[in-house]
Amino acid sequence: MNLKRTALFPMHQKYNGRMVDFGGWELPIQYESIIKEHHMVRKKAGLFDVSHMGEIEVRGEKAEAFLQYLLSNDINKIAPGQVQYNIMCYPDGGVVDDLLVYKYTTEHYLLVVNAANTDKDFEWIKENVFPGLEIKNFSDDYAQMAIQGPWAEQILQKLTDLELQSIKYYWFQANVEIAGKTAIISRTGYTGEDGFEIYLAPEDAIDVWEAILTAGGEDIAPIGLGARDSLRFEAKLPLYGQELGPDISPLEARLGIFVKFDCGDFIGREALLRQKESQPPRVQAELLMLERGIPRSHYEVCQEGKVIGQLSSGGLAPSLEKNLALALVDREYYQPGAEVEVMIRNKPVKAQIVTGAFYRKKTRAS
Amino acid sequence: MKIPADLYYAPSHEWVRVEGDQAWIGISDYAQHELGDIVFVEMPELDDELDAGGQLGVIESVKAASSIYSPVGGTVVAINDELEDAPQLINEDPYANYIVVVAMNNPGDLDKLLSAAAYEELCRKEQGGE
Repeated sequence: MNLKRTALFPMHQKYNGRMVDFGGWELPIQYESIIKEHHMVRKKAGLFDVSHMGEIEVRGEKAEAFLQYLLSNDINKIAPGQVQYNIMCYPDGGVVDDLLVYKYTTEHYLLVVNAANTDKDFEWIKENVFPGLEIKNFSDDYAQMAIQGPWAEQILQKLTDLELQSIKYYWFQANVEIAGKTAIISRTGYTGEDGFEIYLAPEDAIDVWEAILTAGGEDIAPIGLGARDSLRFEAKLPLYGQELGPDISPLEARLGIFVKFDCGDFIGREALLRQKESQPPRVQAELLMLERGIPRSHYEVCQEGKVIGQLSSGGLAPSLEKNLALALVDREYYQPGAEVEVMIRNKPVKAQIVTGAFYRKKTRAS
Repeated sequence: MKIPADLYYAPSHEWVRVEGDQAWIGISDYAQHELGDIVFVEMPELDDELDAGGQLGVIESVKAASSIYSPVGGTVVAINDELEDAPQLINEDPYANYIVVVAMNNPGDLDKLLSAAAYEELCRKEQGGE
């Protein structure tokens, strides 16, 4: 199978990215070291190519009503220029995808979806769409990069006349000039740090990438997918396919604050309401490893020899210097403070159910 | 990529330094580079019997767990405790930081291993085949 390449592929070559097949995309897992790149983003700033993400536009008179029906969050709550984290469910409460919704007007939205789900999402949206709406998959028309870290604003500010401080957390601005190119900028990200995501025409991507690295000098570095994953995991941000999926509901994943039952019907509402009332059978647990060993997704969690759940993500949290995991465990065994075992290569390794062990997000809202 | 001339190498990317009947075993520079940041080394215990080509332990990098194999058969007579708290030492200097020392029970095992030159050739092929 031919791997797809982003517009920034020549940059990954230039900066010695170690390229891997990531869901059909040829992207860098790392440039120098996942751990070094992780610390760079927490301490200074990092630049990510996230052009593989999908962009789907919804336009038409009933766009708002449609998205209210398609998605679990309350779309009425956001104003033009605002971004909302949202979840798209199946009728049984399983998750099609998690996504960001950019609202231009009540008749024009941009949905930013997970790369591997783009085609599936597009089909699902078309299947359920209200008559008279226009749904377009613009994924090939956008390159996307993310600049993340405490110094992100200061570095990006050198390249634009727009006062970046005016973009609040989870707001965006279209038609912004960055390094002479036109872009959409949002104060969003997937690292637990302050920062921006930038959408622009693929042919402008390399110039802006290079301008950002030049503006940041020693205080910024290109960051690969390895650190993207360790950063999001350490900040306890969900990853579709691990924390969320067709067989994991947003309530089980503890994302209930993005599920609003009091603003009309939406796909999956009935099933999720039933689950809320009877309490979901499984819940997400934070685990701290007490003994040596690296927890990884799909490993079993046991208590006194009985399997009580499975890890969704796990590993070293580099900034916390702890081995942590997220698990989906049977509700009856969820007890903060309780000791459990993570099965690592058929050996039980001690861990504890904890709360608040993950990285506290340093975004502008918190 | 460093490949010291005075060591033996296994095609599975471990190195062996021989002192008398003892074999000091670690992983090569090529291997540590391919693995990336190492965060845990699962080692055998003292007195464990290892088979030539059998599993010696597991190295966990940030992204994945990979088995390591013993290039020679014998008994584990020392393990590098330092790696318990500082597994990244292998990234820093894979040849100065051995994993275990094995008292060999069959020095003939060494004949099946690669010279530095042959190993360099193998690494070049693996890289080219990527």
